[in-house]
Amino acid sequence: MDAERTYTELAQRARAALASVNASPGVAKPDPILLAENVRRNFGGVTAVDVQHLEVQRGSITALIGPNGAGKTTLFNLLTGFDTPDTGEWMFDSKNLKKVVAHKTASLGMVRTFQLTKSLTKLSVIENMKLGATHQMGEKWWNGLLPFRYRKQEAMIERRADELLKRFKLDHMRDQYAGTLSGGQRKLLEMARALMTNPRLVMLDEPMAGVNPALKQSLNEHIRGLRDDGMTVLFVEHDMDMVHDISDWVVVMAEGRIIAEGTPEQISANPAVIEAYLGTHQGKSLLEEGNA
Amino acid sequence: MDFIKILENTISAFFGIDAAYFALAAIGLNIQFGYTGLLNFGQSAFMACGAYGLGMTSQYFGVGMWWGILIGLALVIILGLLVGIPTLRLRADYLAIVTIATAEIVRLVVRSVRFKEYFGGSDGINSFSASFRDLSPFDPGAQYGIRPFQYSGYSLWTMIVGWSLVIVFSFLVYLLMKSPWGRVVKAIREDEDAVRSLGKNVYSYKMQSLIIGGVVGMFSGMIFALDRGSVQPDNYSRDVTFYVLTALVLGGVAKVSGSVIGPMIFWGLYVFSDNFLRELTKDRPFDIFGVGIIQKSQVGPVNYMLIGLGLMLLMTFRPQGIFGSKEEMALDGR
Repeated sequence: MDAERTYTELAQRARAALASVNASPGVAKPDPILLAENVRRNFGGVTAVDVQHLEVQRGSITALIGPNGAGKTTLFNLLTGFDTPDTGEWMFDSKNLKKVVAHKTASLGMVRTFQLTKSLTKLSVIENMKLGATHQMGEKWWNGLLPFRYRKQEAMIERRADELLKRFKLDHMRDQYAGTLSGGQRKLLEMARALMTNPRLVMLDEPMAGVNPALKQSLNEHIRGLRDDGMTVLFVEHDMDMVHDISDWVVVMAEGRIIAEGTPEQISANPAVIEAYLGTHQGKSLLEEGNA
Repeated sequence: MDFIKILENTISAFFGIDAAYFALAAIGLNIQFGYTGLLNFGQSAFMACGAYGLGMTSQYFGVGMWWGILIGLALVIILGLLVGIPTLRLRADYLAIVTIATAEIVRLVVRSVRFKEYFGGSDGINSFSASFRDLSPFDPGAQYGIRPFQYSGYSLWTMIVGWSLVIVFSFLVYLLMKSPWGRVVKAIREDEDAVRSLGKNVYSYKMQSLIIGGVVGMFSGMIFALDRGSVQPDNYSRDVTFYVLTALVLGGVAKVSGSVIGPMIFWGLYVFSDNFLRELTKDRPFDIFGVGIIQKSQVGPVNYMLIGLGLMLLMTFRPQGIFGSKEEMALDGR
């Protein structure tokens, strides 16, 4: 599959940079956009996340995989300020985010989506999109009372929102309530809405969950499109086909730690990963186990 | 039975001052509850801020009545911050618990003997509305209009001011909710985390909404106080909060029209049922085949029962209220 794919110049550069990187957990990358150091989060006695070192290459599509309970979503929450770690530092584009609250990360250029889609059901699709734009004049209440103060900006935002809707093939739903969209369409809407913030790093939490196979292909294309537009993508996913298909780099977590890193090919051959997913007894048949 | 009288009283309640100050309170509550999803069960406390802002001008500060608006604003902002800072970071239910308690605390503080000097204790405050009366272009003694729309000069004046405020605030809320600000608060009602991930300071918007809604509620309290010419602590009890909430739900939440028409219909129905029962039992207790149903002294409680029944029916058969959107309602829980 890979052989037929053509890559844009940007994507080629990111892939070339990653090709020379040694495939070991916590390895340094030539040009990291996101860098986490010693990030640890305990829930009571359980260590949900304990990441020694993680770098995400700029311009790449990086997949974050791991069995259930590996701490992938918790790591997302920590990095975007939705949760606070017990220890650790993390930088986005060499800005330390340790003291930055969740709503500030978006204006810095780092946006996330959620595992359970959060489409704002009682707002129309276009309103959902327009909400995403940052630095809106009309979001100050005193300007809200004076439509002429925000009208021009609103028109610009609306134009951009319409373009994105067209790109994500949601333009026919423009004026419907977001609550009337299907699960897959909501995933698309959430991604498109996130793009309204003009991010440099897009973090997608299970973009494929609950999406039908036909739509998966187009979602794949959209994610690749983000990279081709110069954005960095970090995503959590369980669908291994998709991970293999679109990611430039794969990070594997298990029990809160990063246990492996590498290109998709390297990862699928990595015994530590197979063990984490299937347990130590893999390879033995149930019959053998029963006799033993 | 005097049906004409019942009808007249009902129609005049529709446009009466009670409907006007309820509408103002409901417009404020609609900003908080309808649009932003803040379960404010203490709107009466914000109304009390307005009323006592006026009252304190004569009782304590000894300044002109118009300072009352500034004092009221200060009280509303203090109250909003006091309630909002600890609770707006938490889930919606906590705000409901805290606001209902706050409203009671406010009522008990203003009626306490300890603070009589400021708030007049349980007697309330009476002499503050002279400058408002002086502004009235009508003769306070004369009757104006034709039946059933016949009011004394002073009532007419407060009604005009009250309904003007209703129109002004309806328009302002309409503008606000059409704007990007309104979009953000409506989105907060749907899902806070999504809004936060898009770079909006959710906490700040909730606080703004709470205080803006409180300010409209404050004007409601002022109109109420001016109409009665007095400020009584027990006028700001839980009942008021829940009547306002009921009237709002009756009209339809998150609709400007609902927050205005809802209170009108609420008062219309209330007065109709009250008058009807009174007429029914005027001469002798009402009975069906010798079984006593209701007598004169039971009119008040039975009226409440009927209102309650009506609301249950409303919630069962038209949960979105009169102006609410059925389509939006159906999106819940999807």
